[in-house]
Amino acid sequence: MKVLMFGWEFPPHISGGLGTASYGLTKGFVQQGDVEIKFCIPKPYGDEDNSFLRIVGMNSVPIVWKNVDRDYVNSRIGAVMTPEEYYRYREHIYGDFSYMHTNDLGCMEFAGGYPENLHDEINNYSIIAGVVARTEEFDIIHSHDWLTYPAGIHAKQVSGKKLVIHVHATDFDRSRGNVNPTVYAIEKNGMDNADHILCVSELTRQTVIHKYHQNPDKVSTLHNAVTPLSQDVLDIVPQKIPNEKVVTFLGRITMQKGPEYFVEAAAMVLKRTKNIRFCMAGSGDMMNDMIRLVAQRGISDRFHFPGFMRGRQVYECLKASDVYIMPSVSEPFGISPLEAMQCDVPTIISKQSGCAEILDKCIKTDYWDIHAMADAIYSICNNESLYEYLKVEGRNEVNQITWENVALKLRKVYEKVMGW
Amino acid sequence: MKTICFYFEIHQIRQLKRYRFFDIGSDHYYYDDYANESAITEIAEKSYIPALTTMLEMIKENNGAFKVAFSVSGVGLEMLELYAPQVIELLHEINKTGCCEFLCEPYSHGLSSLASREVFMEEVQRQNRKIKELFGKKPKVLRNSGLIYSDEIGEMAASMGFKGMLSEGAKHILAWRSPHFVYNCATAPNLKLLLRDYKLSDDISLRFSNPKWSEYPLFAETYVDWIASLPEEDEVINIFMNLHALGVSQPLSSHILDFLKAIPACAKDRGISFSTPSEIIDKHKSVGPLEVSYPLSWMDEERDASSWLGNTLQREAFDKLYSLAERISLSDDKKLKQDFDYLQAAENLRFMTTKQNGIITERSIYESPYDAFTNYMNILGDFMARVRAQYPEEIDNEELGALQQMIENQEVEIVQLEAEVESLKNKLAAKTKRAAKAEEKAEQDPAPAKEAKPKKAAKAKK
Repeated sequence: MKVLMFGWEFPPHISGGLGTASYGLTKGFVQQGDVEIKFCIPKPYGDEDNSFLRIVGMNSVPIVWKNVDRDYVNSRIGAVMTPEEYYRYREHIYGDFSYMHTNDLGCMEFAGGYPENLHDEINNYSIIAGVVARTEEFDIIHSHDWLTYPAGIHAKQVSGKKLVIHVHATDFDRSRGNVNPTVYAIEKNGMDNADHILCVSELTRQTVIHKYHQNPDKVSTLHNAVTPLSQDVLDIVPQKIPNEKVVTFLGRITMQKGPEYFVEAAAMVLKRTKNIRFCMAGSGDMMNDMIRLVAQRGISDRFHFPGFMRGRQVYECLKASDVYIMPSVSEPFGISPLEAMQCDVPTIISKQSGCAEILDKCIKTDYWDIHAMADAIYSICNNESLYEYLKVEGRNEVNQITWENVALKLRKVYEKVMGW
Repeated sequence: MKTICFYFEIHQIRQLKRYRFFDIGSDHYYYDDYANESAITEIAEKSYIPALTTMLEMIKENNGAFKVAFSVSGVGLEMLELYAPQVIELLHEINKTGCCEFLCEPYSHGLSSLASREVFMEEVQRQNRKIKELFGKKPKVLRNSGLIYSDEIGEMAASMGFKGMLSEGAKHILAWRSPHFVYNCATAPNLKLLLRDYKLSDDISLRFSNPKWSEYPLFAETYVDWIASLPEEDEVINIFMNLHALGVSQPLSSHILDFLKAIPACAKDRGISFSTPSEIIDKHKSVGPLEVSYPLSWMDEERDASSWLGNTLQREAFDKLYSLAERISLSDDKKLKQDFDYLQAAENLRFMTTKQNGIITERSIYESPYDAFTNYMNILGDFMARVRAQYPEEIDNEELGALQQMIENQEVEIVQLEAEVESLKNKLAAKTKRAAKAEEKAEQDPAPAKEAKPKKAAKAKK
C-alpha cells in the first residue's frame, strides 16, 4: 500500500503535537511491512528521520522549468533530495507559474513554522502538491490538519485517488468559539471533499459533525498514542527537591489551555500548604497576563515561569515534577499528559480533553472546577499511596497505548475507503 | 429433610458529603443529610417496606412454617430510626410472630475484624446490646460485614459466646465440598458455620429480572425443584442476600415478591422446611472443620477482601483510620466515636476500588476511585486532627496502650478495693449491729425482768 501524506511539520523541528503525532503514526504504520509512505512537508532541515519513509521537501519541488545541471542541484538541495528526483518532478510541471516568486531552481521558498503569511504558504503548498501528485504513484492520500487540506483536495482531483483527512484540531478548539472565517472555510471545504475524516478524539468528532455539518458515517475516531521513551530520556535522573513538591503545567500559554484555572487552583492550594511549588512552562499570548494574575494572588514566590522548553528540557522538567496538570478548556487530544505519565508523573487532566477518553489512571476534573483541581493537587501531594498508585499504574496504562495499534486501525480505515 | 435458611442484610451507610481540603479544620460535619434522607426513604419505599410486608404475610399465611433471619447494622438502624421508623415497626411485627431471628454484626458495618481485635469485639458487643434492647433477644449467631470470615475471626466470635457464624460458600475454600452442610471453625470447634449457596442466592439477587439470563423467567416451582433435586444428604440450603435485592436490584415490577411468596407452598409440596440459623445450629452436627487462613467474603468473583482492600489507596485509608482506634477507645467524646462508626463503613473503601470486573461499580457521589479517595482522606485529615487534639501524636500507641493497661489495672484494683471496703463495712456493720443488739438486749433484758417481777409477784401473791 502506497500512501501520499501531506503534513506541516516533522520531528525534530516541531512546535506542537501535530509533528509528534505525524511521526508516531507513520512509524507505527510502516511496521506493517508492505507499506510505503511519502510524507510532504514545506521545509525539511535535512536532519529528519527518514529511515522508514521518504520525506518530500515542498521547497525543493520545482513548479517552473529551469535548466540546471546535476552538480548544481546536488549542491543546492542534495541534503533533502537527489537530483534524479528533482528532474522527475520537473517533468511533471503542469502549468505556467512563472508569474510566481520562484528561486533559481524554479522552487518556492517556505518560511517554515507558522509565519505571518500563512495563507500564502498554504496556497503555494497546494500548487506544489499538484506536481507531486502527478509524479508519484500512490493508492490513497492522507492530509494532516487544515493547513494541508487544500493540497489534499488538489492531489485528489489530479489523481482520482481517495482522500482521507486527519483532524488534529479545529478552529473551535483554538479560539474558544470565536472562529476565524477564512480558516473555517478551508476546514469545511477540506471535510466536504474528503472521502473519510479521521478525528483524534470523540470530542473532535462531535465538533466535526455538529459544527462542520458532516455526515457521521464518514467521520471516525482515531486516538493518538505515544512513542516509547528513548534510552537517554530514561536515563535522566529526576532532580527532586527534598520536602518540596512541584506541580507542572507544560504547554502554550494560550486561552485554549486554560492557564488561569491553574493559577487559581494553585492559589487555593497555597492558602493551606507551603511546601508546594508551581511551574508554568511554555510561552504564549497569555503569559504576561498570567504573571500579573500570579502577582495579584500574592503567590509569586511559589509560582514559576521557566519559559519555552524543547527536547530534553521537557523531559527534565517532567521528571522533576510530582504532579502534571493540563486544565485545557478544549483539547482535541493532548499528547503531553501521556508523556508525563511515561515519565512517572501523576497527572490531572480536564474532562474537556480528548485524551481523557482513553486514559483511566489519572484524575479528571472539569476545567472550570478549580476546587476539584486544587483538591486533586493537594491529595496527590499529601497522600503517598495515591501518588504511588497513579505513578505506577499510569505508566503501565500509557505503555499499552502504542502507535502500532493505532496504525492497525488506520489500515482498516484505508481499506474500507478504497473498497479493498 | 431439606431446609432453607433465608437471611437478609439490612444496611445503609451514612453518605459522606463533598469535602474539600480547605474544609479541613473548619468543618467537622461530614455527612450529606439530604442525600442520606432521600436514599433511605427511597430504599424503604421501594424495597424494605414492601418486602417486609410480604414476609409478614408469608409467615401468617403459612402458620409459622416460613422463617427468616435478619441482621440490621447499627448504623443502618440509626438511619432507619431517623428517617424510616416504619421499617422498624414492621421488623417488630415480624419479630412478634416468633418466626424470625435477628443476628449480630459489627455496629458500623466496617472492616474492624481485619484491623483491630479490640474495636471488633467492642462493636459486636455494642450491637448485641442494641439488638437485645430493641427486639428482646440476645443474638446467638454472628455475621460479619460482607460475610468476611477467617479462622481468626471465628475464634473472636467464639470467645464472645456466639454459637455460629454465617459466611460464603466460596469455591476456593470448599473445593469438592458442598455448602449444604454445617461446618465448624477450625480453631474454635464449638463455633458452627453456615455457608451461603452463592448460585441459588445470586439467582434471586442478581439475575432474577435479567431477560438475557438462560433461566429467565424464573418461577418458584423451578427454583424449589432445583433445591429438591439436590443430593439427599444436602440438607441445609443457605440463601443469603441484601434485603434491597428485593425491590432495588430486582425491581418490584419484575414480580420478585410474588416469586418469593410462592416459595413456601412449593417447598411444602416437596417436603422442604424453613429454618432460622439458630435452629440449624441446634439441630445439625458439624461435618468437619473448615480452614480459612485468609479472609473470604461474599463480594465479587474473588470472594475475598480485595474489593475493599485491593489497591494501595484503600489500604492507606484503612490503615490510617484504624491507627486511631486506640485513641478513640480512650476518648469519651460521643461525637468523635459516632464519626468513627460512620467512617468505618465498608462502602467508603469500596468506592475506591479500581477492579475492572465488567460490572459498573456504584460510587455514590464520586466520579472515580481517586475522587472517592481524595474526599475520604480529606475527611480523615480533619478527623485525625480532632483525635490528635485530644491525644497528641507524640504519645505513641504503645505508650497509650500502657496507659490504658494501667487504667484498667487500676480499675480492677479499685473494684477489688471497693469490694474489700464493702466487706469490711459489712463486717463493721454486722459488728455494730451485734453490738447494738447486744445493747438492746441489755436494755431490753431488764424490762422483762421488771415485768416479770410483778408476774412473779402476782404469782407469789397467788
